[in-house]
Amino acid sequence: MELALSAEHEEIRRLAREFAERDVKPRAQAIDHNHEFPQDLIDKAAALGLLGILVPEAFGGAGLDHLSFAIVIEEVARFCASTAVILDVHASVGTEPIVLFGTPEQQRRWLPPLASGKALAAFALTEPDAGSDAAHLQTVATRRNGAYVLTGTKIFITNAGHAGLYIVMAATAPGTGAAGISAFVIEATNPGLDVGPPLKKMGLNGSAITELHLDRCVVPESDRLGAEGDGFRVAMRALDSGRIGISAQAIGLAQGALDDAVGYARERKQFGKPIGELQTIQNKIADMAVKIRAARWMTWRAAARCDASEPFTTDAAMAKLFSTDMAMEVSLEALQVLGGYGYLEEYPMARRVRDAKACQIYEGTNQIQRLVIARELLKGS
Amino acid sequence: MNFQLSDEQRQIKEMVHDLCLERVEPRAAEIDEAGEFPWDIKKLFQEHDILGIPFPPGYDGVSGSALTLVLAMEEIARFCVTSSLILGVQSLGSLPITLGGTEEQKRAFLPPLARGERLAAYALTEPGSGSDAGGMRTRAIKHGDTYVLNGSKTFITGGSVADTIVVFARTDQDGDTPARHISAFIVEKDMPGFKVGKLEKKLGIRGSPTAQLFFEDMAVPVRNLLGQEGKGFQLAMRVLDHSRPGIAAQALGIAEGAFDVARRYARERRQFGKPIAEFEGIQFMLADMATQIEAARMLVYASGDALDRHLQDVRVSSSMAKLFASDVAMRVTTDAVQVLGGYGYLRDFPVERMMRDAKITQIYEGTNEIQRFVIARELLKTT
Repeated sequence: MELALSAEHEEIRRLAREFAERDVKPRAQAIDHNHEFPQDLIDKAAALGLLGILVPEAFGGAGLDHLSFAIVIEEVARFCASTAVILDVHASVGTEPIVLFGTPEQQRRWLPPLASGKALAAFALTEPDAGSDAAHLQTVATRRNGAYVLTGTKIFITNAGHAGLYIVMAATAPGTGAAGISAFVIEATNPGLDVGPPLKKMGLNGSAITELHLDRCVVPESDRLGAEGDGFRVAMRALDSGRIGISAQAIGLAQGALDDAVGYARERKQFGKPIGELQTIQNKIADMAVKIRAARWMTWRAAARCDASEPFTTDAAMAKLFSTDMAMEVSLEALQVLGGYGYLEEYPMARRVRDAKACQIYEGTNQIQRLVIARELLKGS
Repeated sequence: MNFQLSDEQRQIKEMVHDLCLERVEPRAAEIDEAGEFPWDIKKLFQEHDILGIPFPPGYDGVSGSALTLVLAMEEIARFCVTSSLILGVQSLGSLPITLGGTEEQKRAFLPPLARGERLAAYALTEPGSGSDAGGMRTRAIKHGDTYVLNGSKTFITGGSVADTIVVFARTDQDGDTPARHISAFIVEKDMPGFKVGKLEKKLGIRGSPTAQLFFEDMAVPVRNLLGQEGKGFQLAMRVLDHSRPGIAAQALGIAEGAFDVARRYARERRQFGKPIAEFEGIQFMLADMATQIEAARMLVYASGDALDRHLQDVRVSSSMAKLFASDVAMRVTTDAVQVLGGYGYLRDFPVERMMRDAKITQIYEGTNEIQRFVIARELLKTT
């Protein structure tokens, strides 16, 4: 056991931190307040190679591991959870299915633009009536003349409207549940694909989520990802590593909140001394720091297991559950340390609280994580 | 980054697990009920070299790795917390010698401890100085080639069964700076003036004797002074940096033991026509328990690893592990009792004992309030 980052991972952390502090930090408040999609930051991240972080070098990516991915997402999320989730969705659930399940031809065609950032990716599984019960899709894909025709509605699709391609799950054998689902890659230019207006939400204002309307959307058979009926497996595998990213996002968000709370506690004087000398503030800071560290170890372990090709579904679910619950608690506690100032939108604390809530919901609600974990724990009973 | 245990660590963990499942688990309820030190378990651990784990081979030990010790503590505590304290205190009581002793002192005192022929204890706390350890009143006054100790210690785990006890006392009677006026001494139970007082009655860890110790004009040879005179407080704090991962591991083990019982019960217990494990209410409790345990495991193993690799932040990582794992142990054992319902509340099932045992891990080797203080002080340091 050697629980420390290698020199290579330290270097990735340094690069990501530099990008986060130099480029992301000064932009974060405006992105939130103006509900602005941070195309400038995505371009800069692309120039640094961060969009192709999980794409093999042969296709123009950085070919790095999931630990590197988690490190990068955490560093960005310290300042801007919106930018972090855009990168996360693109690099994991948006791109990885092609890396893992694409044919060589599909990989040659789609991975280079995804790795370079020429195209952003999105992942469309959820529907108005199929959220946690994701196998119950109503979007239907019917074969016709060597192609599929897709009709249905998707919702809560991160990066929609900005993405160049969408990984879309649809029922090729409706009524047969998980076994009847297939995955497709649909390019944004497809005339059968219509992106709805951005949905108004509590936080993550820089990240657009929309509905996706598929109206007799024709997708060539060659754009199906994996075999017919493999779609649910593709989606679940994508979500497993997506959860590592969301977990890292939550950790970064919490670390940013703690850093600000510590800074404030050192400076803010009440009763003649810095509030950091008061035990009630010290207790909050200690509890926040401990939970953040535990969450980080869990996330890194899930990443390491994924990279070692070991089973990591439970590890990722535990990391996601723990880290995102932690981020909600920590952002609220950190806001409390700042008191009235924490409540003002002038400072990033209020934004962090709004952003943290999403982490408990997306990429599988925390209730679904508990089901995933319990299923594993009770196996064989 | 490498999350794998070494082959040796895995083997030791499995050996301790199997041995404790077979020999300790069946004794755990009796040990608790009798409230007596389990000499049979001590002998068992001695025979299997478990008491040698905290010591390097050069002193007749078998490891000396903090992480390996953590793994052994975890596996014993899974079945019997009292029994895990035999190993825990052997480590705690010998750490001042390992960390602060001269080569001669180490050669003299460590091998019999490593072989399990003698038992160790650590005497820091006093009736009037618990969290404020620097406020101790036990005095050591130098007369020629001896120090004469007077005073008393309390809450000394294993104090009544120990042969070799490291005692902290004031050597500068007027000083008010703990960092300068406290010294550490190796005391042996047969020294005249050493007396064991009453054993405390406790909520849990009932088979582990918690003793009061009295020193009346007890002469300790100068050669038994550990490190420099006046540097005892620093040594005491360093010892705690090294021992807290062991307590954290104990807490982790308790939580795992309670979880195992709860899971087994949930699969077998039928209500409303099906196992209660099929109800989401129970499933979510189990999922939360398991997740908390894994989070604790990471902090605990990381603290052991940090000690083995002499990392900078061992103080923080040890405190974090102890704080988090002990809070998890309390929550998980309480939830385990809840999963078992009325049966969980009965002595017939082990989770009742585990819940009582878990409470101590939030208190000893620095209360969790002290851990928070240690952690916050480091974080708030202006660099």
